[in-house]
Formats: sequence, C-alpha cells, structure tokens
Amino acid sequence: MINQIVFLYFAAVIVLSAVLTITRRNPVHSVLFMLLLFFHIAGVFVLLNAEFLAAVQLIVYAGAILILYLFVVMLLNVDRESKSDRANRFWPWIVAFGLVIFAEIGLLVARGSFPLEGGQIMNKTGIKELGIDLYTKYLVPFEIASVILLVGLVGAVMLAKKKND
Amino acid sequence: MLTSVQEILKQLVPIYPEFVLIAFALSVLVVDMFLNGRYTHLLGWYSLIGIVIAASMTIILGGVQGAFFSGTVLLDPFSQFFKLVFYLACGLGILIAMKYLDIEDIHRGEYYALMLFATAGMMLMASAGDLITIYLGLELMALSIYVLAGFMRKDSRSNEAGIKYLLLGAFSSGIMLYGMSLLYGLAGTTNLDGILAFLRTADLKNPVLFLSMVMLMVSFGFKVAAVPFHMWVPDVYEGAPTSVTAFMSAGPKVAGFAVLLRVFTHTLDPLHADISLLLSGLAVLTMAVGNVMALSQTNIKRMLAYSSIAHAGYALVGVAAGGQEGAASVMLYVLIYAVMNMGAFGVVIMLRKAGMRGEEISDFAGLGKTNKTAAFLMLIFLFSLTGIPPMAGFVGKFYIFKSAVQAGMIWLAIVGVLFSAISAYFYLRVIMLMYMYDPKEEFGLVQSPALALALAISVTAVIVIGVYPTPVLEFARASVAGLL
Repeated sequence: MINQIVFLYFAAVIVLSAVLTITRRNPVHSVLFMLLLFFHIAGVFVLLNAEFLAAVQLIVYAGAILILYLFVVMLLNVDRESKSDRANRFWPWIVAFGLVIFAEIGLLVARGSFPLEGGQIMNKTGIKELGIDLYTKYLVPFEIASVILLVGLVGAVMLAKKKND
Repeated sequence: MLTSVQEILKQLVPIYPEFVLIAFALSVLVVDMFLNGRYTHLLGWYSLIGIVIAASMTIILGGVQGAFFSGTVLLDPFSQFFKLVFYLACGLGILIAMKYLDIEDIHRGEYYALMLFATAGMMLMASAGDLITIYLGLELMALSIYVLAGFMRKDSRSNEAGIKYLLLGAFSSGIMLYGMSLLYGLAGTTNLDGILAFLRTADLKNPVLFLSMVMLMVSFGFKVAAVPFHMWVPDVYEGAPTSVTAFMSAGPKVAGFAVLLRVFTHTLDPLHADISLLLSGLAVLTMAVGNVMALSQTNIKRMLAYSSIAHAGYALVGVAAGGQEGAASVMLYVLIYAVMNMGAFGVVIMLRKAGMRGEEISDFAGLGKTNKTAAFLMLIFLFSLTGIPPMAGFVGKFYIFKSAVQAGMIWLAIVGVLFSAISAYFYLRVIMLMYMYDPKEEFGLVQSPALALALAISVTAVIVIGVYPTPVLEFARASVAGLL
C-alpha cells in the first residue's frame, strides 16, 4: 500500500516535470526540471529494489550528463532561445494525436494481463549479480555497447571538428 | 595462461567476422591519423580487404550452426545469407564512394571506419538470438549511418539529413524498446527462442502482447521505410552524400528485413494471423505511396527514395505471405534489390562533377548520345527496378507475388502487380530522357576504376540472377529452412 502511494508520487512528478521540461521557454529552467525528472526516476528504481541502477541514474544522468547540458545551455544565447516559440502552429493536433495513442496504449494495457510476478522476471538486482551477468551471459551485448560508445565519440568529433583537415 | 588465451580465442570463433570488421575499422581510424589526409583512397582498398577476409570467414563458418554466448548470438544459414548481402552492399558502397568523396572534398578515413562499423552492426542484427542483441546491433548500425548522412558538414541539406535521421531514429528506437520491454514483461526472457516457447503456451488474446507486437512493427517499419513511417526517407536520401544514400538504401533496409523476418516469422509465429493482416495493410500503403509519390519527383535521389519505399512494400508482401516460400522470396528480393539499387546510384554518382550536382532527372537528358555505356547500364538497372525480364528485378517480384498467391492472398499479389505497372512510368521516363532527348550541354562523366568495378559487379549480378536465379533461390530456401 505504502509502496503504491510512493510510486504514484514518483510517477506524477515524473510526468509533470517531463511536460515542464519541454514547455518552459527558458532553457535553464528546462534543464533543471529534467534534473527533477532524473531524481524521481532514480526513486522508482529504488522502489523496484534496483539500488545499483538508482545510483547509476544519479551519478551518470543527474551528475554528469545534466551538468554537460547546463554548460551547453550557458554557452547558448538564453535570451534569444527564450523568445523563440516552443511549438509550431500544429501543436493542438499533435497533442490530440498523442492523447489518442496514449488512450489506446492505456486501454490495451488495462485490459491485458501480466501473468508473471515481479520476482519471477528479475530477482537479481545487486551489483554483484549484475556484474556477473554482464560478463558472462550478456558478454557480447556488453561489448557491442562499448563499440557503440566509440562510434558516438568518433561521430561527434568528426561532425564538430572545426578545421577541415 | 597461454591455454586460457587460446581457450578464449576459440570461444570467440562464432563472432570472428564481426571481430575482423571492427578491428579493421579501428585500424582505419588509427592509420588515417598518420596519413594526414593523403592517400586516403588507400584506406578504401584496405577496408575492402577487411570485408573480403570477413566474408571468407563467414563462408568457412558456414558449417557451424547453433546458439552461442548464452543464446545472444545465433549462427545459422539465415544469418549467413544476410551477412553475405551486407558484405556486398558495404563493398559496393565503398567502391562507388572513393572518387565521389574526392569530388565532394569530404574524403576522410572516418568514412570507411563508419561503413565497417555499420556493417558489423547489421551483421549482429542478422545473427541476433536475443532482443538485446537486436537492439544493440541496430543502434550500432544506426549511429554510424546518422554520422554518415551528415558527413558533408558544410552542406545544409546534409546537416538536415543527419539531424532528421537522428531524431526520428531515436523515437523509433524508443518505441522499439517499449515494445521489447512489454514482451520481456510477459515472457520473462529476452531470448527469442524463450519467447517463442512462452507464446506456444500463452494466452494469445492478451492485448499487451498485441501492443508489443505493433510497437515492434512500427520500429522495424521505420527502419525498412514502410508507409506511414517513411516521412524521413525522401529528405534524408536527398540530403545525404549520394554514396551514403546508396549504402543506406541497401544495407540498413536489408538488415531491417533480416530482423523483421527473424522476429515476425520465427519468434512471433504463433501470432501469424494478426501479423499477416497488419503487414499486408502496410504493404499496400507502402506500395501505393511509394509509387504514386515517385511519379512527380524531379530530383533523381528523391525519386529513388520513393522507389526504395515502394520496393520495401513489395518485400513486405512476402513477409505478410509468410511461411518458407514467403521468407525465401523476401531474402531473394532484398539481395536483388540491393545490387540493382546500388548500381543505379553508381550511375547517378557518375554525373556528379565539380560545378554540377547531376541530381536532377533532367540532367540525364541525352546521356544515351554522349555516353553510351553509362546510359546502357542505367537502362539495365532501371529495367530491373521496374521488373522487366530478363533482369533480376523481375525474378524477385515474380517469387514475391507467387508466395502471396500460394498463401491465398491473391488480392495482395494483384495490388502489387498494379502498382508495379505504375512504377514503369517514372523509371521509363528516365530512359526516355536518356535516349530520346538531346543533351543540354556537353558533359563528361566521372570515371574511376573503383566505380567501374562496382558497376561491373552489380550489372553482372542483375543479369546473371535474372537469367539463372535457381542457385540463389535454392540458397535462400535452404537458409530459411532452419528459421521456421
């Protein structure tokens, strides 16, 4: 019972801060709402007994990535950004379309059933179990992820490099 | 200590081909640094050596079958067939790029490295035995292609192509992950065989299952450019460097079909009735929009983009038909499509010279008078894309529609043939321009040994498969046997 209340709190704040992130005119406010979002997602992970993921969420997203975002935002011209429109003139249609999709998904999930109990799906959430799984069962996907990061790095340097050789 | 290293190397054997490509990509990056922008074309030939080595390893590994690395990687004839198509697409993509990159002044080693990374990603998609491997392979491929699409940094259209593809690709990845997580929540496993075992005993009427299937269909539909998830295709194909467009229209699309076939005809086979219905709807829409929109294009790259949408529609007919025949016909079709489309783009690239874009369809006027060989090659590729015998395109369409008729979907085959007839208009219009009109101005074509080699390979493949398709078809049929 108490779990559900806490979950509802986290879920409500997540949705609210996600909406605020994309609707605020001032980019700095957007980034700060995103920080709120990341904190509450970490809270959901704690509720699911995934302490390690919660810690990673805080350290990587809230700690590192968001600070980078803030740096970039500070380099932008905040005044000009906050005067530009957040959406184009089609936004009522887009919101309506999104709501239809949302209702469809909600209806299908509400009428469906999940036969498995939570514990049956994932009962190993500690760092040790995750590490063992990553280096044994999911070794190949783990290594592909490292190549993906490398490609991202090469691509970013390639596209952003100032001098054209 | 030594034995343990040998032990590890032995365990890695199933992914040696991917290993080789990634190693070559890394060495390209390092060597490029020392070349200082000179002799970059040597890196192209060097990458081709990597592809040949990987291809021979795949052929040697042809006898090895089974699931490896706890089921995350599968080796079967199905994945080997697709890997050979990827080597072909990547090799042709590198050959037609070398001279073109010089002309666009974007000749850099990273280009070849990213091509190899993308190919490794596609290979992992084809041999994925687990939803996680599918997703990561797809991201590796997509991330490399995003960068390649934006490779002309000083061209605003290329920038637009890169960012558009990145944003829409990220959304489609999100939808796919949502679908996969629902499937995982239901089945309790991400292993494809495990999901199939779960579905055999599960309640198939569960709406959540349906939802996850639809989400997977949306995201795979995005990758193969099926309507209504095709919005990005014309802009990205037009803006990206032409050599990248050629590779994009062949590689990632074929990889998308590899995953589509593996997931929808193998893993989600118990849902075949729903899948078939949805996919035939998608196929009709895709053929209609692709062919009709291509009619009014004036830019050859946009026209080929819509044509590539239409061809995804034909291939979807085969997936909708399902069964061994359906899957085998799709495999044959994507192979043929890859070679003929890359050939057509190869001719388009020949028109690109300094001071001339060569991207308008009207630029082809009089090509038959100024350069007979190029015009004749274009004629063969366009005939093949239309599906006129004895070119390979006819064989591909024939088996696709045949599998639809065999599956009792005669209406779908009729719709496909009708739209195929419409497509003749815009393909043959280019041929008419080439042969019936006088050239606007004198222009010489770009020629290089690499481009000539690429065109020779594709034209040989188009004619040989068109005249004698049996060996390739038998190979596709044998490959699909293990899948179902």
